[in-house]
Amino acid sequence: MVQVAMTVNGKAVSANVDPRTLLVQFLRENLRLTGTHVGCDTSQCGACVVHLDGKAVKSCTTLAVACDGAQVTTIEGLAHGGKLHPMQQAFQDNHGLQCGFCTPGMIMTAVDLVNRKGNALDETTIRHELEGNICRCTGYHNIVKSIAQGARDMAAQPQAAE
Amino acid sequence: MSATGLGASVKRKEDIRFITGKGHYVDDINRPGQAYAYFHRSPHAHATINSIDVSEALASPGVVAVYTGDDIAADKVGGLICGWMIHSKDGSPMKAGAHPVLAQGKVRYVGDHVAVVIADTLAEARDAAEKIVVDYGVLPAVPDPAKAVGAATVHDAAPDNAVYNWHLGDKAATDAAFASAAHVTKLDLVNNRLIPNPMEPRAAVGDYDSGTDTITLYTTSQNPHVARLVLSAFIGLAPEHKFRVIAPDVGGGFGSKIFIYAEETVCAWAARKIDRPVKWTSDRTEAFLADAHGRDHVTHAEIALDANGKVTGVRAHTIANMGAYLSTFASSVPTYLYAPLLSGQYNIPAIYAEVDAVYTTTAPVDAYRGAGRPEATFVIERLMELAARETGRDPAEFRRQNFVTQFPHQTPVIMAYDVGDYATALDKALEHADYKGVAARKAASAAKGKLRGVGFSAFIEACGIAPSAAVGSLGAGVGLWESAEVRVNPIGTVEILTGSHSHGQSHETTFAQLVSDRLGISIDNISIVHGDTDKVQMGMGTYGSRSGAVGMSAISKALDKIEAKAKKVAGHVLEAAEGDIEFKDGKFTVKGTDKAIDFASVALQAYIAHKFNGQELEPGLKESAFWDPTNFTFPAGVHICEVEIDPDTGVVTVERYTAVDDFGKLINPMVVHGQVHGGIAQGLGQALMEGAKYDDDGQLVTASYMDYCMPRADNLPSFKVDTIETPCPSNPLGIKGCGEAGAIASPPAVINAITDALGHEDIAMPATPAAVWRAARKRVTRQAAE
Repeated sequence: MVQVAMTVNGKAVSANVDPRTLLVQFLRENLRLTGTHVGCDTSQCGACVVHLDGKAVKSCTTLAVACDGAQVTTIEGLAHGGKLHPMQQAFQDNHGLQCGFCTPGMIMTAVDLVNRKGNALDETTIRHELEGNICRCTGYHNIVKSIAQGARDMAAQPQAAE
Repeated sequence: MSATGLGASVKRKEDIRFITGKGHYVDDINRPGQAYAYFHRSPHAHATINSIDVSEALASPGVVAVYTGDDIAADKVGGLICGWMIHSKDGSPMKAGAHPVLAQGKVRYVGDHVAVVIADTLAEARDAAEKIVVDYGVLPAVPDPAKAVGAATVHDAAPDNAVYNWHLGDKAATDAAFASAAHVTKLDLVNNRLIPNPMEPRAAVGDYDSGTDTITLYTTSQNPHVARLVLSAFIGLAPEHKFRVIAPDVGGGFGSKIFIYAEETVCAWAARKIDRPVKWTSDRTEAFLADAHGRDHVTHAEIALDANGKVTGVRAHTIANMGAYLSTFASSVPTYLYAPLLSGQYNIPAIYAEVDAVYTTTAPVDAYRGAGRPEATFVIERLMELAARETGRDPAEFRRQNFVTQFPHQTPVIMAYDVGDYATALDKALEHADYKGVAARKAASAAKGKLRGVGFSAFIEACGIAPSAAVGSLGAGVGLWESAEVRVNPIGTVEILTGSHSHGQSHETTFAQLVSDRLGISIDNISIVHGDTDKVQMGMGTYGSRSGAVGMSAISKALDKIEAKAKKVAGHVLEAAEGDIEFKDGKFTVKGTDKAIDFASVALQAYIAHKFNGQELEPGLKESAFWDPTNFTFPAGVHICEVEIDPDTGVVTVERYTAVDDFGKLINPMVVHGQVHGGIAQGLGQALMEGAKYDDDGQLVTASYMDYCMPRADNLPSFKVDTIETPCPSNPLGIKGCGEAGAIASPPAVINAITDALGHEDIAMPATPAAVWRAARKRVTRQAAE
């Protein structure tokens, strides 16, 4: 067992874990933050995307011990003070989700996309940047709309740094 | 229409928990003291099991138990069942081999369940499973349905691997139509095998309470009551009153979570065996191997035309792959969910279909979004398109000429279409797709060295499944009604308990819209409860686009009873005759007076019971109903796909996709459009990308997202989606169902567009860049030869 300590959604956490523990297992099983999902075992589907030191990573292929000392934000840490993050709100406004399973990863990827590419995103860019996130319900049509709105709204409502 | 009533695009109530990471999926559930199950699966497609040595696995750290088929048999646990009896054309019942929960003596596909390890942690279970030693006697694999007859026998109960040879329609009349035809178009078609891939893998937690001798199974099910029924009555794990099945938030199903599988059964059984909760979560590779697959038909089809272009007959012969075992509803898919739809939207006097269902050494095949109806639509819409081309007719006008225009319309293959307006949908689709501009766009593409094509699909489906007696007469082992209960609380809030199950369909919003509309209360005061056999009285679940037409009709019927009862209570409170009470916009009034009482006050009075004699009128306000449909419903529409092909790379770009559908009355257009988008994406996936492949040894070579091409955002366009409305006459809400339409309609639209662009028909699904490149080369070669 190895000691691992990190900050998750602004809270300091630590635990003794099996060295092979993945970040997603640490979040889901040790911290019981079950909003981060596992949809595949080849890093393809993106249901497990979280932010590690402000950048989107697939937590299913990240070892928990490799995140020692890091800042991690999960879907549970996105809303602040009872107010949805603009990207979360955009997904509801545009019916950007159906079963909801891919949604946390989609939203975390989308926020990262805006952080990297700015607030004016065209459809081609959004679709290209979603290559690493699979949705089986929506056909992506409304996810693309959601992200375009979320990106615009993030400009209007600057977010606290993660 | 109110802002939250019927017909309004109300934002979804369920979204809040999903967008904040607070959903409760099965894998999010842990029970105290829980152990973890991991399955040892067959690495061979077909083999005898000569011996299994589990001693080293049992001695592995953390291992609680290791079970094999012998342990299941010793406990007299029944096998998995197929709930639909099909009779062959000679009258004999289908030949079903046994389907043990864990293999007994033989394995029949890669991924078949050989043993289960239960350990304190998942890692320990996985480690131990690798230490199980099985001596296999490898037998020849039978991966190809078209070559199954005469290959190695998969089940002794089914000689020649033939499950049934079924037929439908009037063969003599159909042959006569072909004999006198002015033109006959023939096609050989493969409806490619698909793997459903809901993003949430299956999962189960079995929990046993020895104090009450009760099993609780948390499971990723589209139909928890059906799961309980099968696990109780047929598999025999526990009687229904000692068995609770909970399907909480479920992350997509598309059919694959209808079925009763080995893994969930083992979790429920083993929890009692070891008196500890047992959890299993499928990884994606297991999902590819062992979730029921879809489609997999090999078909020869023909269509007969008279000299005027009137279709006079259709005939089809289909080989349907059942896989290694008959899954829960497998037998119904290539029979009654398929051939009755071969009439399409057309007035066709004679149709005859033959279906040979075969066993192979592949994963079981069962219903996947559309289930039989996409296969039928692919047959008829490919035939229609090609017949138009061969006879020099415009594909749109050729379809229009053959549309059914008088309703009701009895087809020669069971179905009685109740209502529709196919020409209006076609007109609207042509307009949205700018059909008039196609020639100019084709020329513009050609100028860039690209090939452009347009393809149609005028689909019809039968859903709202289904009148119980009717499906019973066709072999179904269950009735396909739905149940609902309306519980009005004393302060006027309402709980709806429904046998439908939402795994993406938005019931918490759309069902609440119906109740809000009927009772005149806010949707915030309504909760929709589903997915728990201890809460919901009964249910048949969600599949076949039935939750609206059947599930909501049950709610509507219960609401009728609530309204009737509430009127009696209001009559007493307002001191008026029951017949003088009117109910509108949440208010009870006495006809011709200003006396009124709102719904919440009536609810309170119903429970206080001070204003009426409790012997004459029962206190309380809670009603339940079962709704048995009187007919199937018949959603229909016209989809038009426009593609551009780069002949140098074979890449197909979907430039425009137009869908105009008739779903009858819409409850929530936003949700309906979302369902259509998702269905189209799955159909485009089938047409362009997806295809399960087994090699000659029966190994699944597409068992990960690295190998099975799921549609990504950058593979798809935005869609143009619209509706027309002919209200369905067979249910109180006039709704037809929208869940499967996109997946049913789109594959032939895409392939018709690609073949239009290529100028020949020789392309199979999935039309991958490699396949299209080869096909485009062929075109060039042929042109050069000409």
